[in-house]
Amino acid sequence: MRKGTIGKVAKGLYAMWYREVKVFLRERSRLISAIFMPLFWMFIFGQGVGSIVKVQGNYQFFIFPGFLAMTIIFSSLFNGAYLVWDKKVDFLKEVLVSPLSRTTVFFGKAIGGISDALLQAIILMIIGFFLRIPFNPASVVLTLIMLVLLAIGLVSLGLIIGSFMESPEGFGLVASFAVYPMFLLSGALYPLNNLPSWLQVLTHINPATYAVDGLRSIILGTSSMSYAANLGVLIGFDVLLVLAGTWAFNRMKL
Amino acid sequence: MDSIIVKELSKRFGKILAVDKISFSIKKGEIFGLLGPNGAGKSTTLLILATLLKPTSGEALVNGFEVTTDPDKVRESIGIVFQDPSSDELLTGYENLKLHALLYNVELNKIDEKVNNVLRLVDLVKRKNDQVKKYSGGMRRRMELARGLIHEPQILFLDEPTLGLDPQTRAKIWKYIQTMAKKLKMTIILTTHYMEEAESLCDRVAIIDHGKIIALDTPNNLMGKLKGDTVLLRGKNIDVAKIRRLPFVQRIETQGKDIKLTVENSAENLALLLETAGKIECVEVHPPSLNEVFLNYTGREIREENEKGNNW
Repeated sequence: MRKGTIGKVAKGLYAMWYREVKVFLRERSRLISAIFMPLFWMFIFGQGVGSIVKVQGNYQFFIFPGFLAMTIIFSSLFNGAYLVWDKKVDFLKEVLVSPLSRTTVFFGKAIGGISDALLQAIILMIIGFFLRIPFNPASVVLTLIMLVLLAIGLVSLGLIIGSFMESPEGFGLVASFAVYPMFLLSGALYPLNNLPSWLQVLTHINPATYAVDGLRSIILGTSSMSYAANLGVLIGFDVLLVLAGTWAFNRMKL
Repeated sequence: MDSIIVKELSKRFGKILAVDKISFSIKKGEIFGLLGPNGAGKSTTLLILATLLKPTSGEALVNGFEVTTDPDKVRESIGIVFQDPSSDELLTGYENLKLHALLYNVELNKIDEKVNNVLRLVDLVKRKNDQVKKYSGGMRRRMELARGLIHEPQILFLDEPTLGLDPQTRAKIWKYIQTMAKKLKMTIILTTHYMEEAESLCDRVAIIDHGKIIALDTPNNLMGKLKGDTVLLRGKNIDVAKIRRLPFVQRIETQGKDIKLTVENSAENLALLLETAGKIECVEVHPPSLNEVFLNYTGREIREENEKGNNW
């Protein structure tokens, strides 16, 4: 690649990231829900279900990694709705008519979405500190790596769905179809080893399962697979979806 | 060199042939208009030239680059202002322009200066730090016009640049477009269904209807090809049948109390016309406008609301 090309691509990616973050911070409702949703889940759901579910140790600790994964799953996948919205308000035209390649546009959008999702997860991690979740510098770094890996694949999936959809409502329907099974079968809320075997099969093809397991191994030291195995599966998932995403953007029509 | 060359370009959407083998070329520095009613194929043509739509067949070169084989190069050469607003409402005018400059690879240390320059050109310096959602329709259009200029494109595309704006704002935007064209020596291609717009802005106009170009020339030549001026007569008891028999009267159209005629050589024939018409309240004589040109080529007026009621 020529030096000029690198500069051009870098500026394009920065432009899209700049917009994504500005808009995110400016829309107060998004910011407020990013802070309060996990709080609701932690305290209301955590307390309620914690009183009936038996897990090793404290249930609030058990679901904390699950909530981190949940935050990433929901905000990453539903980020694709903003792509549909951009189509609707014609902002996407402005981006697609610029000299950037469709592949660069995909990466720009993805980086923006990953930043949003990560920002929300970081807010939750800060809340976690106050709840005495046993974090240390090393586990914070490893947690962030795991979260980014989960976000890359899911933001891509959201953008792929978004690239095919024309209405935000339609997007919501399709994305919900992907997001709920993925969340409920990830082991975020309850241990998976007691599920019937046909559901267990589904949990194994669910990439979120590996993220939840990985997060639990980092934060709580309990897991069913090794950190490396979880990492490997997620990286494979990311590579696949990023490739699919660039393909989807290159064929996307207005 | 021609800035834009279009050869036998067609675009089909399902059963509808939106653009039907059109050909034209635009010289460097020219303001070229695509004039036609809604759905004539103007915007489709523009979107193909901007690489946002793929043509079904035919060829189009923009700044020497083929739109289907070299789309990235084409996009580097052009700026476009869309018919519908395409800026981010939550960002300020300044931020929208900065975003655009980044997308178009403007040198980082020149972005601020260039953004401020175009803001000055469209008189939006004072409002640059307001969110776009607080702008009026005209301000937003001006901001988007400015946006199309930041990266100093060789060719500027304007899709219905004054659609939905009030007459004053429209006149202002025309002024900006003319200033820009002169100052920056850009080639401009615009679509419009306003006759006045094509007449006052464009060096050449292609009249497009049902996906085909039916006439292409300078506004003056197009109007010159029409033999005759428009004469408006107002009166209660005008004898239309008698007027119809005059050899120099081309076309008669009644609109309430008014009668609109196309008259050859009106300077010499007006006296006889008035004599024949009998008692009238007032007379107006206009040189032909593009409206008449359009009427002449298509047999109907460009504005849909006038499509009914033509009784000639």
